[in-house]
Amino acid sequence: MTNHAPMLKPVQDVGIVGYGAYIPRYRLPAREVARLWKSEEGGLPIREKAVAGLDEDVVTMSIEAARNTLARAGINPSEIRAVWVGSESHPYAVKPTSTIVAEAIGAVPHTQAADWQFACKAGTEAVQAAIGMVGSGMAHYTLAIGMDTAQGRPGDALEYTAGAGGAAFLLGPAAESLTIIEGSYSFVSDTPDFWRRANERYPEHGQRFTGEPAYFKHIEAAAHTLMEALGSMPADYAYAVFHQPNTKFPQRVAKTLGFRPEQISAGLLVPLIGNTYAGSALVGLTAVLDVADPGVRILVVSFGSGAGSDAFSLRTTERLAGRQGLAPTTQDYVARRTEIDYATYSRYRGKLVMK
Amino acid sequence: MHAPGSALPEILVAGVGLTPIGEHWEKSLRSIALEAMTAAVEDAGGLRPQALFVGNMLAPALSAQTHLGVLLADFAGWRGIEAATYEAAGASGGIALRQAVLALASGEMDRVMVVGVEKLTDRIGSSVEAALAAAADADFEAVQGLTPAAQAGLLMRRYIHEHHVPEHGFAGFSLTAHANAVGNPRALYRRAIRLEDYASAPMLSDPLNLFDAAPVADGAAAILLTRGDRHRPAGERTPIRILASAVATGPLALHDQPDPLGFEAALISAGRAMAQAGMAARDIDLFELHDVFSIYAALALESAGFAERGQGWRLAAEGEISRTGRIPISTLGGSKARGDAGGATGVYQAVEVVLQLQGRAGEAQVPEAQVGMGQCLGGAGATVATHILARADRL
Repeated sequence: MTNHAPMLKPVQDVGIVGYGAYIPRYRLPAREVARLWKSEEGGLPIREKAVAGLDEDVVTMSIEAARNTLARAGINPSEIRAVWVGSESHPYAVKPTSTIVAEAIGAVPHTQAADWQFACKAGTEAVQAAIGMVGSGMAHYTLAIGMDTAQGRPGDALEYTAGAGGAAFLLGPAAESLTIIEGSYSFVSDTPDFWRRANERYPEHGQRFTGEPAYFKHIEAAAHTLMEALGSMPADYAYAVFHQPNTKFPQRVAKTLGFRPEQISAGLLVPLIGNTYAGSALVGLTAVLDVADPGVRILVVSFGSGAGSDAFSLRTTERLAGRQGLAPTTQDYVARRTEIDYATYSRYRGKLVMK
Repeated sequence: MHAPGSALPEILVAGVGLTPIGEHWEKSLRSIALEAMTAAVEDAGGLRPQALFVGNMLAPALSAQTHLGVLLADFAGWRGIEAATYEAAGASGGIALRQAVLALASGEMDRVMVVGVEKLTDRIGSSVEAALAAAADADFEAVQGLTPAAQAGLLMRRYIHEHHVPEHGFAGFSLTAHANAVGNPRALYRRAIRLEDYASAPMLSDPLNLFDAAPVADGAAAILLTRGDRHRPAGERTPIRILASAVATGPLALHDQPDPLGFEAALISAGRAMAQAGMAARDIDLFELHDVFSIYAALALESAGFAERGQGWRLAAEGEISRTGRIPISTLGGSKARGDAGGATGVYQAVEVVLQLQGRAGEAQVPEAQVGMGQCLGGAGATVATHILARADRL
């Protein structure tokens, strides 16, 4: 090891000035997937997943989340100096999602715009960079978004969980923040647990290899390292959010790390919306911020296949109170629900290929 | 010296080693094999082998690696020695052991290492299934989609029909294996299961359910053998001798077997081994059979003479295969719960028999074991290798 100070800490304190979620209204129950593919219903990984409608994609959903974020932040969007969108469902292979989002929210033209890609941690990777840009003094505000309309091959185990949704975060000076970033950390390795090659419609995965050597190893290492650097303990956190590919994984990693079920329950959305990939840990954080009191600590650890984890230690401020109600809460979106069957899902998600 | 009873010269076990069976994602085929071989060499007080016999089935298909003999000899630091791989599907390890016995018996060699190794977790799902199915007749079985589980399902259905086996009649094999594995720290599944677990398991190939089938995973086992008249193992440890080594084959394709439930190759192989050792089934204290599917455990018990035809399942149902029963099998969990490392199985069995005979099986110890038999199967009983080992101090 050459790096003896692994924690990431900007020269100026940074925090979250605004946050916002978006989850589409349609729900595909896991039992409906099991019905079609003749699977056992005993061990379904979630209850149901959120599905984007015909007129929705990562661009439109990111704009929704960004507008909710701006409503809570109450700032002039022209002051945003970076609009970064992390996703594995960018509508274009070449042409940024982020310029469309930046234009739609009024952040252009004096801004950076770029798309991030790192499987399910593309969004938190954007947050890390956004912290750095504000913390270095290059920008007053930066906007980082994690959003997905995840792809699951019909009949594959991931089809049960591959959901849609995500969240946006406006990073800015600590003094204006609803939540201070106490420190962050990233842990990566070349671990091929899940991938989608260029021009392929659906991802592939290493089945059981996605667990122990991928999800658990990276999340546990990132969480341990950050807490050790901060001198914090699981009991110091009111809430914890871990990447949520299914219900069991975050529950197990929380237990292994020493967190109690009640610390993760507020942010554990996967049973009701599925795995929102680049949005997963971030949308969980929005649900926590909706209910958190000022002065509490929150640990967030994402996981992206390929593989890596970003860990963040946060502390809410007095400014959080009063901002939560300025936009729809994440639970409002969870409750906004229209159930669809597999046929409708097939149509909405373009599973019926007619030529 | 030909001791009373055995037709073989005195072949002794100098040392044994094995790795836990598991999903060793972070280890390569050669690392797993080296772990087992190093343990066997240490167990033998640092003895260097003259030759290495490798048992492996899947490396060409799943690791794109042939030529394991030299790969492993070189990796172990034994450049110059003779080395080669022997392949006979799930019986590969038993065949490699048999070749080592022949080499020692011929007088050509004094010290031989046998390693069985399998690395499956570098590939997933259908590619592993396809590689395993290649052990059947590729032109007439595998090409039709007949997998090992499907073969076993067909045999189990016929057995239940002919012998009027009640529902869950095979459960005892799975329950015993899992109960035994609890005492084996190197087992893949160290958890006892209940009849309800067995009864509610998902179906793999009706009537064969998930708990009738052994889980496949990575592993390696090694055994270092010497000719007793030229190299006697040092130390206080109970000397173990190989009394018999026999291989037999039958038709490869299930549909070519005139009497599929007769398990003829197993009958011939076990019969030859017992004749070689000058023993009968009643002289065997434990039997490490190849319970890759529970139906094969029943057929192996019958063909080796531990049960009448059609009655093998009753031994399991009546508790006769437990460590204190009439004929203990899968004493450290067997393929079902210790885990099945494909072509390494025959060597795992031999090592486990040695551990039992030397009183080194810990919580899984079979009391008073003096003679043990190991038997591995290639395909649906197409190749069968049987070995009988005994405490040399009690002969």
